[in-house]
Amino acid sequence: MNKDERLELAKWTIQQARKYGADDVAVNISRERDIEIEYRGSQLDKLQDAAESRLSVDLYVNNRFSSYTTNDMQRDRLEKFLEEAVAMTKYLNEDPYHSLPDPKYYEGRQDVDLHIYDPNYESVSSDERVAIARKMEKTARAQSENVVACTSYYSDTIGESVKVHSNGFEGHKQSTSFKIEIEVTVCDEKECRPNDYDSRTVRYFKNLPDPEELSVRAVKRAFRKIGQIKLDSGRYEMVVENRARPSFLRALHQPMQGRSLQQKSSFLDGKIGQQIASEKLTIIDDPFVESGLGSQLYDREGLAARRRVIVDKGILKSYYIDCYYGKKLGMEPNGGSSSNLAFECGTKSLDELISQMKKGIFVTGFIGGNSNSTTGDFSFGIVGMYVEDGQIIKPVNEMNVSGNMNEFWHKLVETGNDPYTYSSWRRPSMYFKDIQFSGV
Amino acid sequence: MSQISRRKFLKAGAAGVALVSIPAFFRTDPLMAFVTPSGSKATLSDYYMHFGVDEKTIKDVMGVALERGGDYCDIFFEHTINNRVSLEDNIVNRASTNVDLGVGIRVIKGDQTGYSFTEEITPKAMKLAARTAANIANENRHISPVELNPVDIPDYYPIETACADVNVDKKVPILESINDKIVSSDKRIIKVGASFMDSVTYILIATSEGRIAYDFQPMTRCFANCTAEQDGQRESNYYIIGGRYGMEYYTPEKVKHLADETVERTLILFDAVKPEGGEMEVVLAAGHAGIILHEAIGHGMEADFNRKGESLFADKTGKKVAAEFVTIVDDGTIPHARGSINIDDEANPTEKTYLVENGILKTYMHDHISAKHYGVKPTGNGRRQSFRHSPVPRMRNTYMLPGPHTKEEVIGSVKKGLYAKSFTNGEVNIGPGDFTFYLKTGYMIENGKLTRPVKDMNLIGNGFEVLQKIVMVADDLEIAEGGGTCGKSGQWAPVTDGLPTSKVASITVGGVAV
Repeated sequence: MNKDERLELAKWTIQQARKYGADDVAVNISRERDIEIEYRGSQLDKLQDAAESRLSVDLYVNNRFSSYTTNDMQRDRLEKFLEEAVAMTKYLNEDPYHSLPDPKYYEGRQDVDLHIYDPNYESVSSDERVAIARKMEKTARAQSENVVACTSYYSDTIGESVKVHSNGFEGHKQSTSFKIEIEVTVCDEKECRPNDYDSRTVRYFKNLPDPEELSVRAVKRAFRKIGQIKLDSGRYEMVVENRARPSFLRALHQPMQGRSLQQKSSFLDGKIGQQIASEKLTIIDDPFVESGLGSQLYDREGLAARRRVIVDKGILKSYYIDCYYGKKLGMEPNGGSSSNLAFECGTKSLDELISQMKKGIFVTGFIGGNSNSTTGDFSFGIVGMYVEDGQIIKPVNEMNVSGNMNEFWHKLVETGNDPYTYSSWRRPSMYFKDIQFSGV
Repeated sequence: MSQISRRKFLKAGAAGVALVSIPAFFRTDPLMAFVTPSGSKATLSDYYMHFGVDEKTIKDVMGVALERGGDYCDIFFEHTINNRVSLEDNIVNRASTNVDLGVGIRVIKGDQTGYSFTEEITPKAMKLAARTAANIANENRHISPVELNPVDIPDYYPIETACADVNVDKKVPILESINDKIVSSDKRIIKVGASFMDSVTYILIATSEGRIAYDFQPMTRCFANCTAEQDGQRESNYYIIGGRYGMEYYTPEKVKHLADETVERTLILFDAVKPEGGEMEVVLAAGHAGIILHEAIGHGMEADFNRKGESLFADKTGKKVAAEFVTIVDDGTIPHARGSINIDDEANPTEKTYLVENGILKTYMHDHISAKHYGVKPTGNGRRQSFRHSPVPRMRNTYMLPGPHTKEEVIGSVKKGLYAKSFTNGEVNIGPGDFTFYLKTGYMIENGKLTRPVKDMNLIGNGFEVLQKIVMVADDLEIAEGGGTCGKSGQWAPVTDGLPTSKVASITVGGVAV
């Protein structure tokens, strides 16, 4: 199916659903092809190549709402599917807050090329893909005989979707992404097996970095973990590496959602305009970042994508309000999902941030843990390095960092100059003071 | 994708899982000649008809899959119908359904895997997928058609009425009842949510070793959450029940139990403190604290990590890893449990696999590739999220057998420590063996007695060390109700855990400074 055929199917779906009694309908039809390659022990470990399709339809029937997805697009079956889906919706309770967005929110959609689709995707050959994976694995293994395991990954995705709403929205998206990754496990005399990885995700094949550099870095990182120890519990300075899982940011982001606010499970309730963080925290939700991994011209609901200031010098400026919860809260919808998060970055590199710590922990990764959206409490497992007088002394693990979000972000001293552009959350490394860690 | 493969994690409340519902009528669509086979009454030819295939087509596709010199292939047909109905702000205002239908074809050569899938179950599309998967090998070969023999499978989840066969108007009152009970139980409660989720999966698997098997796999979960407010402070919590049950599972008692647990687990948070952190004795409550086994040893004993040299437990079978009264199993045979399977997704029989027996590390959990690699028989742990995924070793129901102590003895033995009762999620880094699990509610233990409630702390430890530090195990084994969902290598699998009341001599608890 090509774009026009998908659009036609979407419109047909709307027509059928309305024929059976739906008032309003939103349809999304997508197709994605994924290729995944794993390379290990000097040979291909896994090769996967397949495409999947999905048709999803939201039905608004007499103020009632339901949604369906199927991967079976044969029309006779689809028609029956829709007839019965509409019938089922009538058993639900009425909820007048459910409706398609007011078409005024579709307006103002930008007409720019976000450069998220690589037109040369088709010319990338299987041999090239495998060669990248092979090179990474070979280089990693060659670094040392104490590399006891390593696996390299190459994957790419090409996707296309159309979206049509019965009240006038029509949109089309195409995107590609390419990812390379190497995971390395090393061994020390105690037979512990520290591991680490490096990975990059980009929109254009030509923007993939030198795979061998990743391997060298991943091996260094893994060896750096040999001899991990647990420190005493106490308060330490902390630098969080840009590429570490954004656990602290997620703990702030979830309570910003309209649903959390309306369901009274957000500690940020009522805090617009208040200082929720130090002035070093500025977060902009920017859908127009060139080749950004979260870039888009319209969001899940069809709203024209806009740049939004979420936090400005520590002051909470905006929540994420979708149409449904916006109505319930009496707030204007501004797009309920995030696109790319951009941060105000500082002037110092990661190394410079680390060198400022007198007694601190350089956190390179998180393991598990959770945060409480209602109260702001959090507790995460960490992995990192102990730093004293600006020097990395030894690797640490088996420790937790705990606290409450209401206080935590006020302790942000500085952001680094290194936004992590291989994720849609382009966070820099961050330096905090006086953070509670539990160990011994 | 592979970001997850490093860090295996388990979510005990995967409300984010994309579950949907399908009306029963869809399954009787004449054009695809669907039937509604369930349990032991269905036959192989019912399943052939359900997927619109026959033995000859399967054999032809296998021939194509193996024509490049692969050692083995399997073909996995799946039809899944997922339903969800939700209540919020006192009304059942949302329902969704997902239908997934397709076939995955895997070719193996040695340790290498080629995989493809198609949503079009036609000979042409399947052969194309088979050819793609076959590219993992590179000779030319012709094999004679495989002789397929149906495999007898047990019936660990017989049901009366599939929830998916029940119209949504029967599910609405259950949600309304939960809502009413929670709302009326305490004036402090300000918000309530509930969801009813159910799915049915039909699978048909054929392997080049000559096995053909089919299974009907029901699953259901009911989830409730609430938020309460007291003196300007708000607290939220949730509870889940479910398993491989039919609609008959939802008795008034069960529904009341869900509502009561949700309320109790929320209100206790007002009295709960976050204690001082650091290393301390921890008593794990019977039941869901079994998550510690899943993270501390479970993933580390999945054979693929060991085969690849990534796990802390590689080359350690036969060694003493725990006290003699510690026996840990991964079991696919518990009736109706969320992690049970009648057959695994490689058509291998399920079983009760002993990971640790009387303190000795016994056997890994295998899939087809690792069983061949280690020269052992498969353990029935080869599972896949869907036809879009190639199987890897996954857990099922992981628990420790009862031990010699009593619950009173275990708690009574602690001078100053923690009683860990409920959890939300966990994760492990299998190389060093660091694992964590997040405690949502618990109690301090002081001089052998439970004292102040505690909340919201991450517990972290080392898998190998923690096993050695299990110093007491009581006789009150409980398998967690509701179970969890495990993520690994970019795939989800439904699982449960269990544990008797047990004491670990020391774990690092993420508290706050005094």
